Amino acid sequence: MSAAALAPDVQARPRLSLRGITRAYPGVVANDRIDLDVLPGEIHAVLGENGAGKSTLMKIIYGIVKPDAGTMQWEGEAVRIASPAQARRLGLAMVFQHFSLFETLTVAENISLALDAAEAGPGLPAKIRDVSRRYGLTLDPARLVHAMSIGERQRVEIVRCLLQAPRVLIMDEPTSVLTPQAVLRLFDTLRQLADEGCSILYISHKLDEIRALCHRATVLRAGRVTGECDPRRETTATLARMMIGAELPHPRHRPPVAGAPALVIDGLDLRSDDPFGTTLRSISLTVCAGEIVGIAGVSGNGQRELLTALSGERRVARRDAIVLCGTAAGRLGAAQRRSLGLAFVPEERLGRGAVPEMSLAENALLTARHRGLVWHGLIRADAARSRAAEIIASWSVKAAGPGAAARSLSGGNLQKFIVGREILQGPRVLIAAQPTWGVDVGASAQIRQALIDLRDAGVAVLVVSEELEELIEICDRLAVIAQGQLSPARPVVETNAEELGLLMAGSAAMPEPTAARGRA
Amino acid sequence: MDTFAQLVILTFAAGTPLVFAALGELVVEKAGVLNLGVEGMMLTGAVASFIVTADTHSPWLGVGAGALGGAALSLVFAVLALTLLANQVATGLALSLFGVGLSAFVGRGYISVVIEGIKPLSIPGLSDAAIVGRLLFGHNPMVYLSLALFVAVQWFLHRTRSGLLLRAVGESPASAHAIGHRVIALRYAAVLFGGACAGLGGAYMAVAYTPSWTEGMTAGRGWIALALVVFATWKPWRVLAGAYLFGGVTLAQFQAQAAGVAIPSQLLAMLPYVATVVVLAIISRDATTIRLNAPASLGKPFHPE
Amino acid sequence: MRIALEARREASRAAIVLAPVLATLATLAVGFVVFEALGKDPIAAFHAFFIQPVATRYGVGELLLKASPLMLIATGLAVGYRANVWNIGAEGQLTLGAIAGGGLALAAGDARVPSALLLPAMIVAGALCGMAWAAISAWLRTRFNASEILTSLMLVYVANLLLSWLIHGPWRDPDGYNFPQSKQFTDAALLPNLLSGTRLNAGLLIALAVVAMAWLFIRRSVWGFEMRVAGLAPSAAAYAGISSKRNVWLGMLAGGACAGIAGVNEAAGPIGQLLPSMSPGYGFAAIIVAFVGRLHPAGIVFASLLMSLLYLGGESAQVNLALPSAVTGLFQGTLLFFLLAADVLVNYRLRVVGARPATP
Repeated sequence: MSAAALAPDVQARPRLSLRGITRAYPGVVANDRIDLDVLPGEIHAVLGENGAGKSTLMKIIYGIVKPDAGTMQWEGEAVRIASPAQARRLGLAMVFQHFSLFETLTVAENISLALDAAEAGPGLPAKIRDVSRRYGLTLDPARLVHAMSIGERQRVEIVRCLLQAPRVLIMDEPTSVLTPQAVLRLFDTLRQLADEGCSILYISHKLDEIRALCHRATVLRAGRVTGECDPRRETTATLARMMIGAELPHPRHRPPVAGAPALVIDGLDLRSDDPFGTTLRSISLTVCAGEIVGIAGVSGNGQRELLTALSGERRVARRDAIVLCGTAAGRLGAAQRRSLGLAFVPEERLGRGAVPEMSLAENALLTARHRGLVWHGLIRADAARSRAAEIIASWSVKAAGPGAAARSLSGGNLQKFIVGREILQGPRVLIAAQPTWGVDVGASAQIRQALIDLRDAGVAVLVVSEELEELIEICDRLAVIAQGQLSPARPVVETNAEELGLLMAGSAAMPEPTAARGRA
Repeated sequence: MDTFAQLVILTFAAGTPLVFAALGELVVEKAGVLNLGVEGMMLTGAVASFIVTADTHSPWLGVGAGALGGAALSLVFAVLALTLLANQVATGLALSLFGVGLSAFVGRGYISVVIEGIKPLSIPGLSDAAIVGRLLFGHNPMVYLSLALFVAVQWFLHRTRSGLLLRAVGESPASAHAIGHRVIALRYAAVLFGGACAGLGGAYMAVAYTPSWTEGMTAGRGWIALALVVFATWKPWRVLAGAYLFGGVTLAQFQAQAAGVAIPSQLLAMLPYVATVVVLAIISRDATTIRLNAPASLGKPFHPE
Repeated sequence: MRIALEARREASRAAIVLAPVLATLATLAVGFVVFEALGKDPIAAFHAFFIQPVATRYGVGELLLKASPLMLIATGLAVGYRANVWNIGAEGQLTLGAIAGGGLALAAGDARVPSALLLPAMIVAGALCGMAWAAISAWLRTRFNASEILTSLMLVYVANLLLSWLIHGPWRDPDGYNFPQSKQFTDAALLPNLLSGTRLNAGLLIALAVVAMAWLFIRRSVWGFEMRVAGLAPSAAAYAGISSKRNVWLGMLAGGACAGIAGVNEAAGPIGQLLPSMSPGYGFAAIIVAFVGRLHPAGIVFASLLMSLLYLGGESAQVNLALPSAVTGLFQGTLLFFLLAADVLVNYRLRVVGARPATP
């Protein structure tokens, strides 16, 4: 069967049709008069960069967010979807980017809560097994969700949707949590569904995936529809132009000149303080001055635990399990590690990297409390303000000024402020977690370039990310974390996405750290 | 042997206000809501039940009024904390302070009023028979009511779909909302239920245990009930065990006083409070168990959208 | 169409100031209704409640006298509340302060210790004992992870029983006709009067000095900043390497010290001896004062005056209107409820939602 034969009938009446959907939030119009038609049996991409308004639009369709204006038609009839429950009754189902699962419940319990009481009877486990077999999504209904990997959890979400026999299935960035191999399997499932007549709304900013999977694409930019196309007939470059109005930027690279080891992790074992977390097992890694080392992996495989152990938010039992610029730092706290030359950009910007309610000036002070901004235990407010102003100017952060609250900034601008703040402290080691997650393309490019410039200036940089492409683009060496274990770091030029994907799945043989690495 | 039966009956009697209040709070917390206003709701329930009993001479009408009174006060909490998203700790504190003032205000004319309260069961041939008969049939009817409440809560949480949903909401209100459940409505129901239970606990004290009305008569039992929920690691049967443990401590203090132990009564009276602090520290020490059992969204406001 | 809450991008500064005013007005409105329902003429009742108590020099003195412990304790509590350290046992810490200061005064007895020595010693002892009592909760929290809300509250009962035991037993005045009370303090152990014709004493100056110090600590010191961070975003505090244990200790000890000093001031001020109850619930009312004052020292000064007026009004209403004094507690609680309700406007704005057809 050719792809063309599978293409849906463009003359068919749209199953779902939106006209003039508008939703404004204070200071930003997330959706501005959006029109969208979804035909029966088509895989329809909604393409746009972070902050373009894709998620808001899906939430409106699914009844979570109410639009300010606009109309919706379902199978030709005008509808107003007031709640997810109503959306489900119509035949809409959604797989969320952040799963809506309950960790302490079993798979069957999770699924039953999403069904009507009548469907969730004692026959449910059999039904779950039935559906999961039909679509190749292996699941054990009796398992507790917290014991499952992220990929398995996504299967629960999908099976939960399929049990409702949906006519439109919304998938919100489904591949960000999958290995490259798992992405291909997911595509098979989605194609099978579309063949059976289910329409799929596929939300993504990954151009290659959309070209490989989707029949049609609606492109959003800054809350508006900027184009509609058949992605199979477009190139990545033409799609990018529609999405961001320019070519995708690429950072400038120079060959690495690695220096002395600046961060050495040696046989780090750590039990997670979260009962549902991942235990770290003999993690070893060296990051030298003047190189960028990346850690790839599907989220939930120990990244959070590793990062809190490195940042000093959690102390580890053995002093020399973490050596920072020559000092055994395992038992030091976060502030002490900072004074050794560590800077850290955490994954969560609001609430961890910055205090949402506080001004940028106060947030500049957050990790620089002992760097010229403090006099005998008293805060030098002027110095903090000018520090914030300096970051705002040099990173062209869009903000009302040093007095603006951190939460008033967009994700990209806040991330630039945080990265700027950390770099301004002149670190010898910089650790960045998901540095460009949820950040628009312009800010991403700026941040990536800054990391590379930092490397060229002789700083040791460690980047932990779930975006494999990003890591391959900026890193010199790459390691993979899976189930709390870290593979040896290898030069990026000697590896490829497929090999890394196998390591991420934890299926490839993970070589034990050799005895030669030994204790320093 | 008779004294033994008597001691058991007194222990149950002393623990029962805590059973009511703590089971109610457990359900509230399972839904992810922390209502620190238990003391205020208990007092409101106590005064409401006492007034109605005094005016109608029907203690069971009084018990109903107690439940309603507690629920009415908890409605204030629900509006502030669930609809208006006020800080749950501050709102709960306010509720306790307000309940103390409110009950003192409306109960001012009833301080020395005498009522005919609810008497312990007395079934001829059973309640007075052998020790087993007394242990089974010699309690106050409200003690049986509290045990029925325990069975109902246990069954609801672990055997019904609504109970499953309640636990799910307590873990992740955002997920429950996303799959189409009415989180706020469910939390309202839980808070009102908790208020009614606290009111029952107060009513038990005012019309069955003492029976009388004095200002602040619950003497911190609302706070002990809150500690009990932590002690029980959010499990109903452990609430029951803990409540009777504290009942026993309270009783030991009275018994020691009656027996003329050479310890000043004030120091003996500290016992239940000190015991609460000690037990709370011992249980809380194991942070992993607490995290494993505590509802994940406890005390965090939830705003749909 | 319905009204929905929509998160603001920045907290509304106007709402921060307006919410307490709005709450006060709403409380007055409720008072109007309550008085009406009780068959009292609301205007006369308001006059008796809010004007009459402060119409005289003596009345103003009473207003400031009662406001002093409230602002003192609330200031101490606010230090902790900013870091989410919920000390609600100030009433017990106050009692311990009174026991320590009073014990010293009784021990000095007629030994003619000069006032300049005895009074500071009493205040230091009171502060230390208040801190020690609060330290129990701090230690249980940092060492055993036990909720300081529950432990500090339980210790209120223990403290009051301790005081009760002392004055029923070892410290009872032998010439007191068997009443549970201690001997009267000597003049050397009494705080000097500030305003003739009133009972106002130097306790007010202590309270104002503490408020000023707290302002400096909260606004300008690094530790104050760190505590604010911990209260607003605990993860950010951990990320920045801020010690949560130190915050718990600072917060609990600040509250304990202030409450302890307030206890000494009550004993060595208006009461002049030790009684079974050393405060009409100042330790709890101060919680409301702290919130109504927005945990800000200046706000706390205003809120303590308001709360003090409610106390006086309650007494006045008892005398002039034959209303129970418990009405004070009712108004205090109502005020806090309305404040919490009005607070929603600080972080959210009201928005009318409902899908309208798109304009063509």
